[in-house]
Order: sequence, then C-alpha cells, then structure tokens
Amino acid sequence: MSELLRLDGIACIRGDRLLFENLSLSLSRGDAIWLRGPNGAGKSSLIRLAAGLLRPAAGTVVRRERCAFIDEASALDPELPLRRALDFWSRVDTIDGPVTERAMDAMALAPLADVPVAMLSTGQRKRAAMARVIASSAPIWLLDEPANGMDIAAQSRLVAAIAAHRGNGGAILLASHFALGLDNLAEFEMGGAA
Amino acid sequence: MTALIALFARDLRRAWGSGALWLPVVFFLLVATAFPFAVGPDAPLLARTGGGMVWVAALLAALLPIDRLVRPDREAGVLDQLAVRGIADETVAAVKIAAHAVGFGLPLLLALLPATALLAQDGGRVVTLATGLVLAIPALAALAVLSAALTANLKSGSAIGGLLVLPLAVPMLIFGAGMLDPAGRGAEKLLAASSLLLTVIGPFAAGAALRGLRE
Repeated sequence: MSELLRLDGIACIRGDRLLFENLSLSLSRGDAIWLRGPNGAGKSSLIRLAAGLLRPAAGTVVRRERCAFIDEASALDPELPLRRALDFWSRVDTIDGPVTERAMDAMALAPLADVPVAMLSTGQRKRAAMARVIASSAPIWLLDEPANGMDIAAQSRLVAAIAAHRGNGGAILLASHFALGLDNLAEFEMGGAA
Repeated sequence: MTALIALFARDLRRAWGSGALWLPVVFFLLVATAFPFAVGPDAPLLARTGGGMVWVAALLAALLPIDRLVRPDREAGVLDQLAVRGIADETVAAVKIAAHAVGFGLPLLLALLPATALLAQDGGRVVTLATGLVLAIPALAALAVLSAALTANLKSGSAIGGLLVLPLAVPMLIFGAGMLDPAGRGAEKLLAASSLLLTVIGPFAAGAALRGLRE
C-alpha cells in the first residue's frame, strides 16, 4: 500500500457552477485511473486539482511524490529546436541528457530534434510534450487528453510508455474520451449533470 | 537552484533573441533624437530639460516589452508546468524581474551615452543619470513584470499595463530627475528608497497576480 496521490471529499467550483462535489480517489504505485465523462464533466479540472494548479472549494489533495502534467499546451518555446526546448525542462528538472534522449526515442522524436517547435504539427507537439513527461521521471503522471492529435503509431508508443511507467512503480491519472487500449484500467465515471 | 538559473537564462535569451535586444536601445535613442527637433536646438535648454526626458524614455523602454513578459508563458503552459514542479509563483516572478532588469537595463545603460550626447548633457549629469538609472532599473523591471502579470488575461493588455504602472513609477521619475537638480539634495536616497520598496514588493505582488491567472 504505497499511495502516491489522494483526493478526499473534493468539490470544484468553476465560475459559479459546481462541477462536482464529495469526490474521493486514491492512486497507488502501478495504478492507472481513467477519468471518463461527457464534455464539461470536470475531467480537466480534476486533473488540474490533482496537479495543484487549482484549489479545491472543499476537501484535501495530498501528493506524496512529484507530478508530471500534460494538457493541451506544450510549454515548449516555439522558436527553439525541439531538442533545446526539451533541454530547458531537463535543466529545470535536473535531468541528464541521456534521460531526455531516451524519452525522445520513446516517442520517436529523434528525427525531429533539430526542427523548431513552431514547425511541428499538433500530433508531433503532443509527442514532444509527452517526451517531457517521460523525461521528468516524476512518479505521478497527470495526463489530460494526451492522445489528442496523435496518429495510431504515436498512440501505441504512448500506451507502451504508460505501461513502462506503471511497471516502474509509477501511477497515472488519465482524462480521455477513449481507453487508448490500456490494460488494467480503473474507470472513474464523472457525472455530467450539465 | 539550477531550475531558477535555467529559467533566468531562458527569459534573457527570449528578451535578447532575434534582435529584440536592440528594441529598447533604438526606442531610447529615438526619443533622444526626436526631442531636440521638438524643442529646438538650443543647447542650454536641452541641457536643462534633457535629463528629465531621459527618465521618461527609460520608463517607457521598461514598459515596451510588457506584452511578451508573461502572456506567452501563460498561453504556452510554461507557468503551469513551473507551478506543477512546486516552484512558488513569487520565485518565478522574482526570476522574471531579474531577467527583465538585465534584459532591458544593460542595453539601456549602453544607450545612455549616445542619448545624453544628443541631449547636450555634460559629463557630471551623465554620471548622475547613470547612477539614478542603475538604482531605478530593478524597480522599473518589477513594475513591468507586475503589470504584465496583471494584464496577461486581457486583450490589448499592454496599454492598460502602462496606465497601471504610471502612478507607481511617478516617485521614481520625481526623485530620479530631482537628482539632476543641483539644489535637490537627498533625491538620490529617496530614489534608492522608493526603488527598494518597489523591488521588494514586486515579486510578491507579481506572484499573486500569476497565481490569479490560474483561477
């Protein structure tokens, strides 16, 4: 029982709308929880709450380990070649070069290393952002629609990366409209009383 | 610590990248060139009023890049990623202020020499101006980052940002230009004090504004 992330009795209000309340979940090593629900059910808000980017209106969030977070923004400087843009985050995370290289290989980004981020397609940028998550070596991955824009090959690389992460004792909180073909997923249905 | 150095280096690179280094310099020199045309080439008059013009130009040069200090980082998710890593918003703000102070302050000091030559300032006044600007640059950077953070969510934020900063910058304009007055003793200390105040408050105020961007 090594719990990495715990949400207890969480309520979330965005604007003046109550998205959800009294929501609890717990994420332990090797776990993967799939948040599902219609648009506007609060999947992204829940991920942001778990990441500490939003404060819950009620309840507590406990993170026992570092988090890596991905949403629709890539957080990579558009004017830089991909490799250097990723290197910035490696320096922030004090990660060695080879780790970043392996993460880039995991998302098949080596051929794009010298391409400026601004020139990348949506799916390529998503792969790059995913490489940043992989390189961060954070035990908790908070993935908000990580497969958006990815082609089939990239999706299977994503699935492989997630499996490897869970095998290494990492945990995943995934917001997505489809299961990505991951095994052993715990589903977490979010209401949609909107 | 390495994270903060990396962030500082990145902000500085973005401030100076693709020719942006020359933006405050060119702007500053533009004002210094235009001013004699507007008031006439009367050297004593220029010498008397030019110092104040340098201060106004310095303030506006600090505000010039408000648009790209915070907003692109917010839109690209860089601020979110820093927050997820547990780096305090105040720390991010402080690093951004430091990078902006170096990013626009150094070129500004370099541009001071040709600008003062155009405005017929003598050696003593050039030294006084340089001292005053060195004292004021951290505070000007703090104000710029603060207003950039406050307006990052707004369209045409830079115009509003200028309005926000103006009242806060007035003491520094008064004391900075006051240093040039031979009778104005103590202006230097008052400038240093108001600059210190803004520099200390800046990271906390800007940090709170950055936190507000996430809500």
